[in-house]
Amino acid sequence: MIALIQFENVTKRFPGGHDALRGLSLVVEKGEMVFVTGHSGAGKTTLLRLIALIERPTSGQVIVDGQNTSRVSRRKIPAYRRQIGMVFQDHKLLYDRPVFDNVALPLIIAGLSHRDAARKVRAALDQVSLLNKEKQFPETLSSGEQQRVGIARAIVSRPKLLIADEPTGNLDPDLSLEVMRIFRRFNEIGVTLLIASHDIALIDQLGCRRIPLANGMLHYEEEEDVVAEYAERLESERGRTG
Amino acid sequence: MKSADTLNAPRSSGPIASWTVRHVSTAIGALGRLARQPFASLMTILVIAVTLALPSALHLLIKNTQSISASWDNALDFSVYLNGDTSIDAARRLADIIRQRADVEEVTLISADEALEEFRDQSGFGEALDHLTVNPLPHTLVVRPGSASTEASLNLLHEELGNLPEADFVQVDTEWVRRFHAILDILQRSIAIGAALLGAAIFVIIGNTIRLDIQNRREEIEVTKLIGASNAFVRRPFLYSGLWYGLGGGLLALALVRYGLYALEAPVTRLAGLYNSPFSVLALDFGESMLIIGAGVTLGLSGSWVAAARHMRRIEPR
Repeated sequence: MIALIQFENVTKRFPGGHDALRGLSLVVEKGEMVFVTGHSGAGKTTLLRLIALIERPTSGQVIVDGQNTSRVSRRKIPAYRRQIGMVFQDHKLLYDRPVFDNVALPLIIAGLSHRDAARKVRAALDQVSLLNKEKQFPETLSSGEQQRVGIARAIVSRPKLLIADEPTGNLDPDLSLEVMRIFRRFNEIGVTLLIASHDIALIDQLGCRRIPLANGMLHYEEEEDVVAEYAERLESERGRTG
Repeated sequence: MKSADTLNAPRSSGPIASWTVRHVSTAIGALGRLARQPFASLMTILVIAVTLALPSALHLLIKNTQSISASWDNALDFSVYLNGDTSIDAARRLADIIRQRADVEEVTLISADEALEEFRDQSGFGEALDHLTVNPLPHTLVVRPGSASTEASLNLLHEELGNLPEADFVQVDTEWVRRFHAILDILQRSIAIGAALLGAAIFVIIGNTIRLDIQNRREEIEVTKLIGASNAFVRRPFLYSGLWYGLGGGLLALALVRYGLYALEAPVTRLAGLYNSPFSVLALDFGESMLIIGAGVTLGLSGSWVAAARHMRRIEPR
């Protein structure tokens, strides 16, 4: 398998000395659908922000699709971000324009004409079952529908990677499951997804891999047991030889 | 329907075409945004228009005054009053001599008798003059300098005419015309300085308007940057807003000046009629109109550019 996202010993220290991530190393492979879990403050959002280059790591390397993000200059950030679809808890829609224009925005930014964009926009809206709402303004939509508009905008330019920060944070369980099903469908057509969520029940239902974070580090409870066992065995072997 | 679609929609449009489409749609979008706040936009445009119209109107005033006084230039004659004892023959000879100077175009002799006759006709003292036994008026030579005369050559001519033994007194009737022109030059320069200052004011007004606009749309800028918009993309609509403000201001300034001229035209024509003058008011010509519009557009673009460059960079997704 090929790694799409790779963190190598990444530390993010914020001004004031708070460490959001401490020496984090992880790999997300191409075509995976992975959840980053953990309590609020565990470093989930920081992890996603490093991938989106909203933040830079204090030390360590973040490699996305073979590209070392530390080598992406300020001027190249827009082009870099256009390769990644992003979904936010608060949708981050533009409320002064209709659904169609919101979804078309990434294509317009990429330089497509309105007409060339239309077909792709309708395809994206179709995938989130909002084809009949393209002329409405976001405010007239329910929270779940607004989130689906955000998802349509994230996938309209067919990115390889989609990152989502608490995409179901404001939704009730039924709507949450619906959003996750939509993500699942994208995953089935080859999109890699990295989703931050604390909704453990929902994640277990989907049966995806989890990256559990605590205090900015990986925190596998099962793994801890394995490590402790291994240390114990080492200790006893050393006792025998010595 | 289907055939029209396939005809009108090329599979891929060239880079220049897509660049044009992008700019046209951004420009229209920016115009639409201004139209959605008609009162605020009109206020800004009006301020710019008044600021542009003020120096333009003053410029027109100077230009019209110059066109009137240009005809006075030809009247820059020297009147050489000869001594009372100079005979008419001596006066004629003198006129011939002066006429031969290179810097003199024409010399007209007004004899004492002619002068008295003219005075009698025009002054209304006809009857009283009949009682005079002697003509008190001298012969006069009206000397018109050549058209290539300079300030220095005029001074020299003035001095040499005064030094003639037959000359009693040399009068430059139109000395004040030259002073008047000097004053006009100063006024013209003052207007240029004033126009530059007002231009700076427009720059600041537009810059400030765009700055507020950027602040109001901060969230939108953040979101578009978050999904991969470049600084140029985010800046573009604001540049077009500045351009529209400047263009609107320039056009409205032209309209204001034109309306002002229209209001003045009738009384000026009446006044010119009273002086039997064919004078008619000069309007802004094509070049001047383009200059005003160009100034508006340039100041609008540069003001919004500076504002956008200064404030846009600080807005990054959080």
